[in-house]
Amino acid sequence: MKVAVLKGGRSLERGVSLRSAARVEDALGRLGHEPLPLEAEGDLVKRLASERPDVAFVAMHGIGGEDGTVQELLEILDVPFTGPSVAACVRCIDKSLSKHELRAAGVPTPDWFAFNETAFRELGAADALVGLERRLGFPLVVKPSRGGSALGVKFAETRDDVPAALISAFSYDSRVLLERYVSGRELAVSVLGEEPLPVVEAIPLSGHGYDFEARYEIGRTSFVCPAELTEAEEGAVRETALAAYETLGCSGFSRVDLILGEDGPRVLEVNAIPGLTDTSLLPQAAEASGISFEQLVERILDLALAPAGA
Amino acid sequence: MSEPPHRRRAHARGSDLERYAGLFAARTRVMRSSAMRDLMAVTARPEVISLAGGLPDTSTFPPQTFAAQMTRIARESAAEALQYGPTEGFRETVDCIVEVMGAEGMLPDPEDVIVTTGGQQAIDLLCKTLIDPGDAVICEAPTYPGAIPVFCSYQADTIQVECDDEGMRIEELEAVLDALDGEGRRPKFVYSVPTFQNPAGVTMSLERRLRLVELARAREMLVVEDNPYGLLRFGGEPLPPLYQLDGGDFVLYIGTFSKILSPGIRLGWMVAPPPVMDKVVLGKQASDLCTSTLTQYFVREYFAAGRWREYVENVAGIYRSRRDAMLDALGRHFPAAATWTEPRGGLFVWATLPPYIDTSDLLAKALREDVAFVPGQAAYVDARGRASMRLNFSAGGEEEIREGIRRIGKVIAEQVELYGALTGERAAVPDPRPAEDAPNVVPFKKAEGE
Repeated sequence: MKVAVLKGGRSLERGVSLRSAARVEDALGRLGHEPLPLEAEGDLVKRLASERPDVAFVAMHGIGGEDGTVQELLEILDVPFTGPSVAACVRCIDKSLSKHELRAAGVPTPDWFAFNETAFRELGAADALVGLERRLGFPLVVKPSRGGSALGVKFAETRDDVPAALISAFSYDSRVLLERYVSGRELAVSVLGEEPLPVVEAIPLSGHGYDFEARYEIGRTSFVCPAELTEAEEGAVRETALAAYETLGCSGFSRVDLILGEDGPRVLEVNAIPGLTDTSLLPQAAEASGISFEQLVERILDLALAPAGA
Repeated sequence: MSEPPHRRRAHARGSDLERYAGLFAARTRVMRSSAMRDLMAVTARPEVISLAGGLPDTSTFPPQTFAAQMTRIARESAAEALQYGPTEGFRETVDCIVEVMGAEGMLPDPEDVIVTTGGQQAIDLLCKTLIDPGDAVICEAPTYPGAIPVFCSYQADTIQVECDDEGMRIEELEAVLDALDGEGRRPKFVYSVPTFQNPAGVTMSLERRLRLVELARAREMLVVEDNPYGLLRFGGEPLPPLYQLDGGDFVLYIGTFSKILSPGIRLGWMVAPPPVMDKVVLGKQASDLCTSTLTQYFVREYFAAGRWREYVENVAGIYRSRRDAMLDALGRHFPAAATWTEPRGGLFVWATLPPYIDTSDLLAKALREDVAFVPGQAAYVDARGRASMRLNFSAGGEEEIREGIRRIGKVIAEQVELYGALTGERAAVPDPRPAEDAPNVVPFKKAEGE
């Protein structure tokens, strides 16, 4: 089978994408497929049209690759592709939108407020900050609404930290979230098809858990899979993760990030296309349930080629 | 399959990392990724104006000179040039090194010189020779970003001493030394780039040089002087290198041909007293046996032509115009609240923004405008430097530099304005200044009288 591996792009997670793609191409080769590496650049549509791959493996992260953009193109070109649909990507990439959807569906997610840059620049939203800080309490988390990684995510310990944290978050997106900080264990549940894989726990070796570098560097964070959870905890976490996945309309595979606090699991975000690098969580979770990387790639392809609704 | 099997196997080795995770040495845990690796992957796009690199402009080297010299080597000494060489380097290379150091007033004993694979290997070999895990190393704050991964990989306890526009603050250094002394510790060395420093562009004053050397002697402490840029001076009188002031007892010296000839030839050197040198030679033997024979022959040929100083002066002139372009553009496009250094040589300007701007995050915004710089945190082992950035002026032409600074200035102005809206403070957006105005250069940090 001729499998186009879409990678790169202009997103800040380009590096992660290239590493994910290299691994996927390698696995496809070992599976006896014909990998066709395609950089997401000016000639992408032309190349897809001339190469006519049987399926496209989208190994892109962040804006451009994970937000429905390439998925839309693939739909137009009638090339089946891996991972979630356009609509699910659009919902997942925007944390503000996905949190609204989750809350409406009764899936627990920490309290938050979202602001556009325009609200601050033109509508004096700064005056609303005090009231909202009181409602969310400190510390609070400030993050860009779009973007799958922890880039631009800051903790504000006090009110004085908020403006600088907002400036950082606005560097990545014109919309930001102020979110209640929930202390607890950091968990990630990857879902493959309709099946939640074993829970991964991320244990940061120092400081706060949100650290972009720590996420991708061996040794900065230790990952435990399967996470040591009671049966009840594990059930609640997997159920919540699956509910989030379904609420946002994900299919194929995705990863749900949660915090397990005193009041049970809270969904932080859903990554429509989680990383597939050496240190990524989805491959680890798959391995913990006895699925090798090659098998994972094969399964993801099968799901992409399965008839819609199957 | 489109790829030959050996290629796929190589690929698999790199990617299936977790299979080997249990084998990694403890030191790999503290090896920092270069801070912004993933962001930097984006800077490689061709449309990005990168002020991030530290590249000398090798396009200024005449290709015909290169061709003629390599041809001569091929004709006259092919067998030797293709052979291994001595670990210490060829005596002829050392003669060239002595000539280069002589141009800055130093007179090393050729016996004390070892040729290394770039100055970077000299830093690595020194650490390999001197550092046990947990040993204290002192360097400037900010320091050369490329030294940090070396210190980290040898598990040094790296302590950074603040710089101002006269270089490392010696008073603060003394306080650090006293504090270490109180713990019964002795630093293995003080690492400094005293002249046209990377990344700050500042130069240590004569007074501080003298005090640092005095301190080294009084405390029997090693100082490592890394001096890649000393000959790239844009005017004014040169200051004596630490090595010259000390005479080579406590000051070890690192030099390189990278900035005065070519970084591609990977030729640097170290000067150290014989007891240190003996160990360094053993370390180098283990690392790579010897530095490239071929490029040592190239340097020998090049120096024999006797025009190397002319080339350095030519390059320095080009860089000076580029620095002027950068300083002028900074004055036009950076906000009044920003400060930057005014280097009198070297390759870098260090700019510091208002404290609420994190330059790592700013880089994300800048990349959308197709421009890149090095976020300040790359020059620190701790959380300092977040509001600063390193800007290179050697790699690109003047128009590119101006345009790059204009784009960075634009994203900063947006941040400053937004901060104003967030805090109710009047936004300090820079007024476009008329061309004839002098640039608003605010010094890095005024040195306080010591």
